[in-house]
Amino acid sequence: MPKITYIEHSGKEHVVDAPEGQTVMEAAVKHAVPGIDADCGGACACATCHVYVDPQWVSKTGEASSMEQSMLDFANDVEDTSRLSCQIKITKDLDGLIVRLPKSQH
Amino acid sequence: MSTVDIKRVVIIGAGQAGGETAQRLRQGGFEGDITLIGEEPLPPYQRPPLSKAYLLGDLSIDRLFLRPASTYQEERIAFLPSTRAVWIDRANKRVRLEGGREIPFDALVLATGARPRKLPLVGADLPGVHVLRSVSDVDAMRPAFVAGARLAVIGAGYIGLEAAAVARKLGLEVTVIEAAPRPLARVTSPEVAGFFLDEHTRHGVRFVLGGQPALIKGKNQVTGIALADGAEIAADIVIAGIGVTPETSLAQHCQLEIENGIVTDEHCRTSDPGIFAIGDCAARPIAHFDRVCRLESVHNAVEGAKIVAATLLGHEHAVEAPWFWSDQYDLKLQIAGLFQGYDRLVLRGVMADRAFAAFYYKGEKLIAVDAINRPAEYLGAKMLIQTGRTLPPDVIVDTSRPMKELVANAR
Ligand SMILES: Cc1cc2nc3c(=O)[nH]c(=O)nc-3n(C[C@H](O)[C@H](O)[C@H](O)COP(=O)(O)OP(=O)(O)OC[C@H]3O[C@@H](n4cnc5c(N)ncnc54)[C@H](O)[C@@H]3O)c2cc1C
Ligand code: FES
Repeated sequence: MPKITYIEHSGKEHVVDAPEGQTVMEAAVKHAVPGIDADCGGACACATCHVYVDPQWVSKTGEASSMEQSMLDFANDVEDTSRLSCQIKITKDLDGLIVRLPKSQH
Repeated sequence: MSTVDIKRVVIIGAGQAGGETAQRLRQGGFEGDITLIGEEPLPPYQRPPLSKAYLLGDLSIDRLFLRPASTYQEERIAFLPSTRAVWIDRANKRVRLEGGREIPFDALVLATGARPRKLPLVGADLPGVHVLRSVSDVDAMRPAFVAGARLAVIGAGYIGLEAAAVARKLGLEVTVIEAAPRPLARVTSPEVAGFFLDEHTRHGVRFVLGGQPALIKGKNQVTGIALADGAEIAADIVIAGIGVTPETSLAQHCQLEIENGIVTDEHCRTSDPGIFAIGDCAARPIAHFDRVCRLESVHNAVEGAKIVAATLLGHEHAVEAPWFWSDQYDLKLQIAGLFQGYDRLVLRGVMADRAFAAFYYKGEKLIAVDAINRPAEYLGAKMLIQTGRTLPPDVIVDTSRPMKELVANAR
């Protein structure tokens, strides 16, 4: 099963097993990684699942859809590699993925 | 009682609001006992996918769960599934369970949700007649959701229309019967309702507006619906989507103040300061709107959980303005604010593009948005409502300027 590393804003790391077919948000929530609220459960409606994809992984996670991009435009502390983690599907290719979490989701 | 004296929190109702409360209390550093009592057999789960991906068959059941079942034990949350609370003894601060066991509490959270209204009609108990509230409801109707089957949805609210959209996708014949002259009558404007009516019609849904069901027909299985005007609609499956009533019976028995929902203050405290009520069963003052009301949404359930956790932990918490969403076909509707009482509606973008936003004003003030495939307009309006700012209607409709720029310049 692919592994994903989540790095909290404080620097604390969480390495979790992430089942293929689920999303990067779901794997975090299921393992109680703090810092991803995901209030809407992945419906692309709350923008509280914001992460920064490690630059080395950006080519593998693909691009944000226009819906997601518009949501990100309004998030706090957006960077070039910002994504909504509920919109990143876990695949074999993402084994080893590293994402960092923002200071806050609100 | 000061919050430091609270060692035992009991939560009745293991839905979205109850489940989130338990998690947030623990994550927020609460060290005492947490007991989560739920009448359903499953751990707390999300209901929105029930009328969307789960009904479609696209989502396995474990993906509905807020947290995997194992986390409750890991986090020392005593989760009691398939367990009904039957009595609250306010004087002695105890909850009685079905079977007689009693659980003492220092703080009690009522998160009992709402029950779907049953059709007040002869034949409403026939096999094939369903409501859509729980996993077991969907599991019961799902086998009959096959191409060619005839589905009648009674009530054109968001849940009914989402089910209609899923059914069309699966190839069912769908009729929606609505007593009002238009769909979504309680939840949006005639303009936005008209848009959804057209979309569903284009996707092959038949509407009977102003339709009054008089009788559910069938012997051993539903076969159709007779309307008051004599018309008859053949159906193999019926979904009653005529709204819910808040589950307030426990609160009623112990004489808490109830008005539509269990009435609370802004900290979600009921008329008994040791008892909180949140989610679909409760009515709280809505910040930004100067109104006490009961909302039925994920945001409201999660917000209630956050408020209670913050109150019990003595933390600060900034409440968010209400928001909601609905998915139908490839349309994502995102709503912020409360549209009730608006006196002006303006559209940004055009309906024909299937991407537009309806902004609702009361006087100068922006009070709500219905954004269809327009996330920037949704989040922009949400931010304005949240911060008590507004934009003049003639400015907000100017699509030559991006929403973000408009919001940055709003006052
Ligand atoms: C099909 C469907 C689709 C939806 N779609 C959306 C959407 O797209 N967006 C959105 O924002 N909202 C949506 N909602 C609304 C949202 O899901 C609800 O507002 C939310 O689930 C309310 O949470 P709650 O915890 O208050 O109530 P519930 O989730 O109903 O939980 C209450 C629980 O308490 C239990 N209970 C009641 N009494 C007792 C007792 N005495 N003892 C023990 N247990 C008890 C009940 O069995 C239930 O499990 C939808 C709802 C449904 C049904
Ligand atoms: S979980 Fe709500 S937008 Fe990702």
